[in-house]
Amino acid sequence: MAKVHVTTSINGEPMEFLCEPSDTMLDALRGTLNLTGSKEGCASGDCGACSITLDGSLVCSCLMLAVEAEGHEIGTIEGMANGDKLHPLQQKFLEMAALQCGICTSGMLVASDALLKRNPKPSEEEVRFWLAGNLCRCTGYDKIVRAVMETAADMRAQ
Amino acid sequence: MTELRYLAPTSLDEAIGAFAAAGSAARILAGGTDLLVQMRSGVLKPGVIVDIKKIPEMTTIEQAADGSFRIGAAVSGMALHDHENFGKVWPGVLEAVNLIGSKQVQGRASAGGNLCNGSPAGDSVPAMVAAGAVVTVQGPNGRRELKVEDVPAGPGRTNLKPGEILVSIKLPPRPPGSSDAYLRMIPRTEMDIAVVGVGVSLTIKDGTVTAARVGLGAVAPTVLLVEDAAKALIGSKLDDAALAKAAAACSAACRPIDDKRGTIAYRTKVAGVLLKRTAAIAAKRATQKN
Repeated sequence: MAKVHVTTSINGEPMEFLCEPSDTMLDALRGTLNLTGSKEGCASGDCGACSITLDGSLVCSCLMLAVEAEGHEIGTIEGMANGDKLHPLQQKFLEMAALQCGICTSGMLVASDALLKRNPKPSEEEVRFWLAGNLCRCTGYDKIVRAVMETAADMRAQ
Repeated sequence: MTELRYLAPTSLDEAIGAFAAAGSAARILAGGTDLLVQMRSGVLKPGVIVDIKKIPEMTTIEQAADGSFRIGAAVSGMALHDHENFGKVWPGVLEAVNLIGSKQVQGRASAGGNLCNGSPAGDSVPAMVAAGAVVTVQGPNGRRELKVEDVPAGPGRTNLKPGEILVSIKLPPRPPGSSDAYLRMIPRTEMDIAVVGVGVSLTIKDGTVTAARVGLGAVAPTVLLVEDAAKALIGSKLDDAALAKAAAACSAACRPIDDKRGTIAYRTKVAGVLLKRTAAIAAKRATQKN
């Protein structure tokens, strides 16, 4: 079976790749494209470690076929920092120790960024609901939630 | 799965041709939040996937001049949430759809897929049954309409004929004084599968219920329309006697299974309890709008 040619955009850059029709977007990112920041936790859409954006909308890349990227815009954790300058969420996660093992972190950051783009002033409850699809077995979530809240406050102040 | 073919037709006719031609090997891809999990676990091994998201009719929400809504079968929960008007007219349907999975899942999963997945516990289905939703399906022999409660045939099965595709879901116009609500019982606080789900839609005029529909999920092989519960509510002022009668009708309609999520006795009792709570929310919303 011939591979499928996909033309897409990843983190604002035009991108082409070949994939099997059954490959998930996560397979394509981590394999062919060598963008290994998105992690595979459960591969069933429960853990959120593979979170990306599809035309700005937060999705699990394990629940999306790679061929579906054709003509769409994909955003991954690799596109979050501006060169060497970390995104405010990334900086705050470091400062507040909102990570331990790091497997959930890129998904947490991509999901938190998607939230703050929609809602620059979320309540704690809104942050917790929004991140309910991102599982973390290390932190107990509290530092993550506080880091998102503080980043939101900092970004509003700027 | 190397023999899998992926098709993304841009017209409904093309999709139906491809879907019917591939027969039982074909699967429809809307949000993919059930399909990809089933493929990954080896439960399903489709030969052809027909992605319907490039068909405009499948991905749009339209409100007609009479106030009715037509929701494309592949419209995501997030798109429905972001629609400026939908949640004001159908807050119960919206809250039911938005209970399906995480925000990531909401970005992809559709009410159409939730319905066609055929789960007795699909959250959007009791709310759509209560809403009186009618679906349009199209196949090689043309278009037809089905009441939403007539779509599920049993766990994982629907009454769609071979080659038929769900195109859209239509919700009727709302008379003044109407609203709806959906509640489910789950063992956790969020992100779980319903042990019981109840959708209630009401129209209230001068304090009296003039129209009611009740949908009940996760307590039988398919989601149920509970007409006896609706009859108990219609003509009442939602007094304790009417609510008790409607709750008893919901409990009487239950034919649940015993499983790790809930026993038969528990599900049967909770169906009645949830009916009362859901009706109270729907009534509050309906009267606030007057």
